[in-house]
Amino acid sequence: MSAESKYETHEYDVLVIGAGGAGLRAAIEASAMGARTALVCKSLLGKAHTVMAEGGIAAAMANVDPQDGWETHFKDTMRGGVFVNNWRMAQLHAQQAPDRVRELERWGAVFDRTHDGKILQRAFGGHTYRRLVHVGDRTGLEMIRTLQEKGVHQGIDVFMECAVTRLLKDGDRIAGAFAYWRETGRYVIFKSKAVVLCTGGIGKAYKITSNSWEYTGDGQALAYHAGAELLDMEFLQFHPTGMVWPPGVSGLLVTESVRGDGGQLRNNKGERFMFKHIPDRYKPQISETEAEANQWIAEIRAGKQPTARKPAELLPRDIVARGIYMEVKEGRGSPHGGVFLDISHMPAEYVKKKLPSMYHQFKDLADVDITREPMEVGPTTHYIMGGIRVNPDTQESAVPGLFAAGEAAGGLHGANRLGGNSLSDLLVFGKLAGEHAAQHAKTAGPPKVDDAQADGAAREMNEFFTRADGENPYQIHAELQDMMQSLVGIFRVEDELRKSLEKLATLKNRAARVCIKEGNKMFNPGWHLCKDLQNMILIAEAVARAAQFRKESRGAHSRLDHPGFNPEFAKVNTVAFKGRDGAMQLEGRPLPEMPAELKQLIETEKNHKERHG
Amino acid sequence: MAEVRKFKVYRGDKNGGQLTEYNVQVEPGMVVLDGIHQIQRTQAADLACRWNCKAAKCGSCSAEVNGKPRLLCKTRLDDFDPAEIITVRPVKTFPLIRDLVCDVSWNFEVNKKIPPLTPKKTADWVMHQEDMDRVQEFRKCIECFLCQNVCHVLRNHDLKDRFYGPRFMVRIACLEMHPMDGLDRTKLLKDEAGLGFCNITKCCTEVCPEEIHITDNAIIPLKERVADRHYDPLRAFWRKIMGADHPCTCADGG
Amino acid sequence: MAGILSVTDPDRLGKTDRVDAWWVEPLLTVLGLTAFIVYSTWAAFQGDHYRFGPYLSPFYSPNIKEWFGWNLDFSFAFSILWVPAGFRATCYYYRKAYYRSYFMDPPGCAVGEPHGRSYLGETEFPFILQNLHRCFFYLAAIVLAFLWYDAYEAFFFKDAATGPATFGMGVGTIVLLVNVVTLTGFSFGCNSLRHLIGGKLDCFTCGATARIRHKLWGGVSLLNLRHTEWAWVSLFAVGFADLYVRLCSMGIWHDIRIF
Ligand SMILES: Cc1cc2nc3c(=O)[nH]c(=O)nc-3n(C[C@H](O)[C@H](O)[C@H](O)COP(=O)(O)OP(=O)(O)OC[C@H]3O[C@@H](n4cnc5c(N)ncnc54)[C@H](O)[C@@H]3O)c2cc1C
Ligand code: SF4
Ligand code: SF4
Ligand code: FES
Ligand code: FES
Repeated sequence: MSAESKYETHEYDVLVIGAGGAGLRAAIEASAMGARTALVCKSLLGKAHTVMAEGGIAAAMANVDPQDGWETHFKDTMRGGVFVNNWRMAQLHAQQAPDRVRELERWGAVFDRTHDGKILQRAFGGHTYRRLVHVGDRTGLEMIRTLQEKGVHQGIDVFMECAVTRLLKDGDRIAGAFAYWRETGRYVIFKSKAVVLCTGGIGKAYKITSNSWEYTGDGQALAYHAGAELLDMEFLQFHPTGMVWPPGVSGLLVTESVRGDGGQLRNNKGERFMFKHIPDRYKPQISETEAEANQWIAEIRAGKQPTARKPAELLPRDIVARGIYMEVKEGRGSPHGGVFLDISHMPAEYVKKKLPSMYHQFKDLADVDITREPMEVGPTTHYIMGGIRVNPDTQESAVPGLFAAGEAAGGLHGANRLGGNSLSDLLVFGKLAGEHAAQHAKTAGPPKVDDAQADGAAREMNEFFTRADGENPYQIHAELQDMMQSLVGIFRVEDELRKSLEKLATLKNRAARVCIKEGNKMFNPGWHLCKDLQNMILIAEAVARAAQFRKESRGAHSRLDHPGFNPEFAKVNTVAFKGRDGAMQLEGRPLPEMPAELKQLIETEKNHKERHG
Repeated sequence: MAEVRKFKVYRGDKNGGQLTEYNVQVEPGMVVLDGIHQIQRTQAADLACRWNCKAAKCGSCSAEVNGKPRLLCKTRLDDFDPAEIITVRPVKTFPLIRDLVCDVSWNFEVNKKIPPLTPKKTADWVMHQEDMDRVQEFRKCIECFLCQNVCHVLRNHDLKDRFYGPRFMVRIACLEMHPMDGLDRTKLLKDEAGLGFCNITKCCTEVCPEEIHITDNAIIPLKERVADRHYDPLRAFWRKIMGADHPCTCADGG
Repeated sequence: MAGILSVTDPDRLGKTDRVDAWWVEPLLTVLGLTAFIVYSTWAAFQGDHYRFGPYLSPFYSPNIKEWFGWNLDFSFAFSILWVPAGFRATCYYYRKAYYRSYFMDPPGCAVGEPHGRSYLGETEFPFILQNLHRCFFYLAAIVLAFLWYDAYEAFFFKDAATGPATFGMGVGTIVLLVNVVTLTGFSFGCNSLRHLIGGKLDCFTCGATARIRHKLWGGVSLLNLRHTEWAWVSLFAVGFADLYVRLCSMGIWHDIRIF
């Protein structure tokens, strides 16, 4: 019996996997171009990670600071990414973000406004000008809801709670995907001429993370197995401030705006320790005394153009995360293993108005009234800069017909992402991916589904039930998380990375025999985890290998044994792919050559940084 | 500190089921969702439950705890009496899939029937915060569907074929009050959406985790707008003598 | 995917998994409303003891009997009371209150009720008439003007001995004043007014009138936020005002002059 008659089969021009900002935007574009488009996601529509984003969308619209423009945004992004970003992506991103935001507004998004009725923009770490388009502290919700409404009225077919486990290929090109319905456990085949992966990140491989259960690296793993390459997987962002207590919410994000609005970081001796960690290259922008830092806050609050330098708490995320980590490690942490983030010296009304959801989050979940007492915070695994390697103009991967966008794709952010640059990334590259996927589908002939591939995928899922002797997936998952947290965390050393790879090899073997004894295929989270686990372990390996390869500290990647930049590694991206023997290969790939005019734009900047880094 | 709390969780599917007892090791600051996760990890790997954000932002983890519709990730164990058993059931109004997971797809179908933002020809997109404030309250909705679950028109009277439910009244209010929208949805409200079925008893407002004033700020203003068009005798009279269809809307700015 | 309609298990009235005392609120509502209805009906039937000195019971205002010198052989309270009664009966808050507590539709949130799919809500006669609430608002606003006039009058005490009225204040003055203030707080928080005064606009900032109406809408919204509280306080105040005047007039209670 052929696969198509054996399994529920749907045929489309474009299949978009993932319904976050990137996936929705891609599907909207593809369908607008006349492609028959399907959108598949693991959760219900509108629940993807994008919904949790708080701060805003970075776009140089120059509504508040007229000096802003795409060039500055480009420069900021490259500097934030420590110059290993894909320059073309950074350029397209900076140029197109404002139009993508305006388009959202036409589709019904209601952003906060300036006095003269334009879209308001706020300041954020690493952005020279006030640039983040926002709605209070729930920008992601606004974005996903708007795209969702637009999408459903445009006739995209949405397959909710349907998880893709394998990409199907027809020779070299993509042929579709194999998935199961979470509700019934039934298998389904999507036959399609082009596939766009927008599956988000990998945070669930870590114990302490701001990410949800969906972030198991599915897209990266699917692409890897299909023959695509993974770029710069060592660059994993640890957000400096996650909650550390109570246990149930550890890792939950505490937005950067807390520090932007006057929050101070202190250790258990009451010291504002970030003043000890200011790198020379940031001295021109960051105050060296508390008095000056306080003056900056006062000036910002008064709506004045600041004359003081920024508080040390507003250093880039990687530096603050490391600072906090050192305090805890050296015994100056808070009772629950974090440090104190205190905004209680500001008037209570101000705090409640500026940070409503943080106020409620701490009050409801931790019994902490942040207007009166300090919060306890520590670094949390937040975002992966690396991802599927794509052509910057088309978002196509190394596999013809396979595209990727959003957090699942790599390149734009380099070694460190600036706050707000992800939501704009989703819009800009989601659109490009959808557009080129539709274009690709127009010229491609109908794909053929290979029965053996489909049956193989079904067998893999069935075996989690039929094996009798394997381990429980929850157990292995917990071990993976602990291991990654301690061996491939904020600070990395050769020794620990080697150990992590050994441990991953054993975990991989154990996971290959994992099984589920309870329940049946109907909505069985244990069964789902069996498969997710395979992806997490694979991606964890890519992260560890890439981290081992890059023998320097750059952006979010810190090697205790290789502090500082290394000119050799400044010239390369890391690329992981599946070798002929089925084992993971890793190599350095030269950065693409930047055109002269852009080079000039960042040259002064870069020289300074390379000298003092 | 190894305090133990008794949980009763509904286990079953559309063919029936029962409350099953579990003991949960209590940790400080625990929410009900943590308890469910612990049960999954240690006692019932296949216990079905939806969640995503664990921070009351995504609206996935709706259920009924001791009879009250709530978000599991926002319901603290220490809000209950120490002796109280925590009983967790799926939301009642939607067909059960398994354990705590229900089929809420009806809501997505309803959403498709609501005409989206249709900008006026004159829209210049200069919008002021005063106008945004009213609409932004509605945009806070995280689609947890707790209001749909508790609304007696859907829950007790099962009138899903005649009434869109409070969530979609919020959605329509948001569009109707958008300063750039040029469409009039009052006829839809009166007929297909079944606004008249709501008897403003406010249970939706009581359960909304986003604290949207669903009844006062969305439903009642919509009822008044429908009354303008369909039930106001003075306006009807005025319309008659003026022979106009839109008596005051032009002067009022619609 | 499953069908559109869930198989709702047949409900019994009051069936619920809630363990809290959900029935307290509807019970108190029934007691409060019933007490008021019984008292006010009784008081309206009296046709007497509604005036004491400068004080006029709100149940009997405007005092059409005095004005026109009509000799009515029924209590004229009924020719007035239908306005505030209609206003309250169609008020969005009271609708909630009595649908829940008298009609048990629903008795509480997530509490069972038996009516099944025959429920019509406010889509058909008689409850479709609730849509006339705004008309009652117009009429009630007129009555309210009279009550303000009565409160004003209550500051002027006519002394049979000295002749002309003198400015003064008694406890009754305060009672009538409180009455009219709470009634105003109630009436000006009305949802229909909130709509008419500005809520109906789609753009609050398009033009000068729109901006003024936005401000007014904001004011009404502020009162509306506490409409339930205003509803109960004013209900009590109006009943008490009648009782106060009545007791004084019957000689059971002696009004105290403050100055
Ligand atoms: C708490 C928090 C706050 C943040 N704040 C900001 C901010 O202020 N500004 C900013 O720019 N960025 C922010 N970010 C980052 C940003 O939100 C995310 O990077 C971004 O939303 C990712 O979007 P996406 O479209 O790539 O994927 P997601 O929105 O994560 O969507 C992934 C989709 O893929 C689906 N999926 C995954 N695997 C499969 C599979 N196997 N089969 C089928 N479907 C699958 C999922 O169901 C989901 O629909 C924040 C992140 C977090 C966690
Ligand atoms: S107020 Fe209306 S919509 Fe809300 S729960 Fe009651 S009947 Fe349903
Ligand atoms: S209106 Fe409130 S209760 Fe209803 S779905 Fe939205 S957030 Fe949930
Ligand atoms: S898990 Fe997102 S609302 Fe509870
Ligand atoms: S709504 Fe209560 S008086 Fe109009």
